[in-house]
Amino acid sequence: MKRWIRDGDVVIGRLDRQEAAVVRGLVSQIQDMLLARAEEAPQDELAELTGIRTGPSEAPDDPILGRLLPDFHRLDDDAPDPDEVNSAAALRSLHEPELLDQKTGAAEIVLQTCSPDGGEIRLSIGEAEAWLASLNDVRLALGTALDVTEDMPDELPPEDPRSPHLGVYHWLTWVQDTLVEAMMP
Amino acid sequence: MTTPVEQERTQPEAIGAEIAAEDRPWQTVVWNDPVNLMSYVTYVFQKLFGFSRDKATKLMLDVHHKGKAIVTSGTKDKVEADVAKLHAAGLWATMQRAS
Repeated sequence: MKRWIRDGDVVIGRLDRQEAAVVRGLVSQIQDMLLARAEEAPQDELAELTGIRTGPSEAPDDPILGRLLPDFHRLDDDAPDPDEVNSAAALRSLHEPELLDQKTGAAEIVLQTCSPDGGEIRLSIGEAEAWLASLNDVRLALGTALDVTEDMPDELPPEDPRSPHLGVYHWLTWVQDTLVEAMMP
Repeated sequence: MTTPVEQERTQPEAIGAEIAAEDRPWQTVVWNDPVNLMSYVTYVFQKLFGFSRDKATKLMLDVHHKGKAIVTSGTKDKVEADVAKLHAAGLWATMQRAS
């Protein structure tokens, strides 16, 4: 991977075959998790009639999905305000279907524009924005799974089971950071 | 023991406080998290809200150093839409009434 560059309305990057496999594999996994969540959405006749979709009102149990699909209010862990609990449930139900569409759509753009063989990647500005959002989702998921902290070292002791994954996480951080740099207005 | 006069005096105040709560604007709060990149958060603030680089950077640094920042405020509908956009970008955002 070389750093991304912007040439007018085109953003250009390059991944080798192995790097492309890592990106595609992780993006597909997140997309699958989000699609599975979308399938859990309640089906009701009213939604089918009106076309207004409703999502689940409860936050996901899974911490990774919980981070990708946050609540609309910051609820106190010990003594949540009942009004805010109700409001958060209603807002989740209202907004989650669209949020899932946006995230799975961004993932789809990455999968369509990142060849399994690697090589040069040429993106429109819209596609590059989808890459940014999708790379960020992957890093949020990995960061949650690895329990990343702000003062996370570059390397963990080799006996730490998270050690090999942390390298992937840091590499994705670099890929995203250079893409932000290329896109910065 | 009760004093009716006191009751009459407190009741209008309580109603007044409730009306004031309804009038208070909503705020979009972005919280610090250990994953989101400082560069990306600045980029998202500029892109979603049209902030200058300076304003976006200042808000990003508030999130980073103080743990949170209020990035927009206004009607419930506006703030709700802003929170939804921030969620799509992967930022940890919530909404609250101004205190």
